Amino acid sequence: MKQEILFSMKSPYRDEFKIQGFRFGSGKKSVAIMGAMRGDEVQQQFTCSQVVKNLMELEENGLLIPDHEILVIPSANHFSMNINKRFWAMDNTDINRMFPGYDKGETTQRIASAIFESVKEYEYGIQLASFYLPGEFIPHVRMMDTGFQNIELAKNFGLPYVFVREPKPYDTTVLNYNWQIFGTHAFSIYAGDTNIIDKESAKIAWTSIMRFMNKMGVIDHSRHEGYHSSLISDLNIQSVLSDQPGILYSLKDAGDEIKKGDLLAKILDPFTGCIVSEIISPVSGTLFFAHQKPLIHQHTVLFKIISF
Amino acid sequence: MVKTIISEGLPVDEKLIIRKNVIQGKTGNKRICIVTGTHGDELEGQYVCFELIRMLNENIDSLNGTVEIYPALNPLGLDSVNRGFPTFDLDMNRIFPGDAGGHLIENIAHQIVNDLKGADMVIDIHSSNIFLREMPQARVNIEMADQLVPFAKLLNLDFIWVHGAATVLESTLAHSLNVIGTPTVVVEMGIGMRITRLYGDRLIDGIINLMKEMGMWTGAVAEDISNPQLSTLGEVCFLNAEASGIIIPSVSHSVHVKKGDLLCQIVDPFGGTILENVLSPVDGLLFTLRTYPVVNEGSLIARIFSETN
Repeated sequence: MKQEILFSMKSPYRDEFKIQGFRFGSGKKSVAIMGAMRGDEVQQQFTCSQVVKNLMELEENGLLIPDHEILVIPSANHFSMNINKRFWAMDNTDINRMFPGYDKGETTQRIASAIFESVKEYEYGIQLASFYLPGEFIPHVRMMDTGFQNIELAKNFGLPYVFVREPKPYDTTVLNYNWQIFGTHAFSIYAGDTNIIDKESAKIAWTSIMRFMNKMGVIDHSRHEGYHSSLISDLNIQSVLSDQPGILYSLKDAGDEIKKGDLLAKILDPFTGCIVSEIISPVSGTLFFAHQKPLIHQHTVLFKIISF
Repeated sequence: MVKTIISEGLPVDEKLIIRKNVIQGKTGNKRICIVTGTHGDELEGQYVCFELIRMLNENIDSLNGTVEIYPALNPLGLDSVNRGFPTFDLDMNRIFPGDAGGHLIENIAHQIVNDLKGADMVIDIHSSNIFLREMPQARVNIEMADQLVPFAKLLNLDFIWVHGAATVLESTLAHSLNVIGTPTVVVEMGIGMRITRLYGDRLIDGIINLMKEMGMWTGAVAEDISNPQLSTLGEVCFLNAEASGIIIPSVSHSVHVKKGDLLCQIVDPFGGTILENVLSPVDGLLFTLRTYPVVNEGSLIARIFSETN
């Protein structure tokens, strides 16, 4: 393993900002793995660190397949992570909205450019991603419908679901989209929460990455096959929104099987504790996403349900 | 008359309320909308709203049609000194046209578009951010330029920047309205967290001038309406910091500079050394200038419009 500095930048007042890469093997550019790009992506950073740890052990035991190179970047935004900010410390911009980046542009454009220069041209790109709403997901692989996505490859992670969704205009500047446009098979892995470490779902995520690399012939690391992934799209997802604001008293978690008419949550009056609304499932299916913050607005996405 | 267009419940004993002031004059059926406050740290539009409403109310006999003024599309952000929509990750001006069945802010975006839809003109006022000061200017997507530039020229601005059509900008309020046939001009002026009264007064004169052209105003208009430079007659040059440090400016904003002029120095407050002399690469109009002194490598320092001979 070679530990490299992929990008560095001096700060007027802080220590030098460095993005570090961990390069395993040599030869064909096979797999690039991107961890935390936002300062609260602690789960993603932890998961990535476990991938590095596993790869170091495989390397020690001679189980990296020759002529394959793997690059892992566990963290690209610790300037924000170290001060409890989600977006870039100075100007609050989002590195994952700056791809493919511009090396003569703004700071986060330069960071995105340096990352993209490092991770492009790999055959497979894996990003540990986070959602824009707080909550927990069933572990899944997500890809955008760009015309370049390869669903069969995504099933090799052995996660319960492969979710293909239509890109929105603002998605055109994220890493996953640009990876695909520039010819890399790109996958985003969602597992558990963001700003806390959920050991179980993190393990599912890093195990799925190791499984994928094994199936692609990049490492020798046979494991169980995982799930036979189900393919889902926006058409299979039903959002359940709050009709009232208040305190969310949730009764179900991501992964729960539910029936149409089941009580999913109660919304409580924040002063009296009385129930102001009961959230009833409109369909039978599996809870794909569950909101986790206790205070909710009206029209908050509380649950996303997979139904076929 | 102040009307509530959106009222959504917040977790504890409060509503998120978005309001507009509807000023109706005579019998004309044209409608112009002035919107601002999408980014909670951009305040230049607040003065425009106040002064325009005050002036219209005092001269209501000259108004022929309806003026709708929306000071705060992001009231929570404005009130809490947040650029974004508190509790939500995405930039509010990147989620239009919204989604009726989506999360709170997407639902709000949908309702805002519905409320503005059908207006004869929308002016969407922005004021940069806390880092950069902007000369009064219009921003127009190149795909809409033929339709919008003639209106933008009436607004008493210094510059009209016709910019490329980036996919990501399709999710702005202005683009979402323009594609459904509601002409919308974006105005950028001043700087975040401050009010530049001179710029506000100029834009109000411009809005009245535009209303005159639209047949919505029968009163007097300012005689010295500015003739803005058009970006298509030259090119916009970006200057970014190549060192991290503190900026010591050498020029004022909104001036013409010559190639080789010293714009600012980036210095190291620990070592007492000059890290970079930032020189103008062209002759041109300095229409954007950083005023926030701390920079990282890459921070935008200035934009200069250089007219092609």
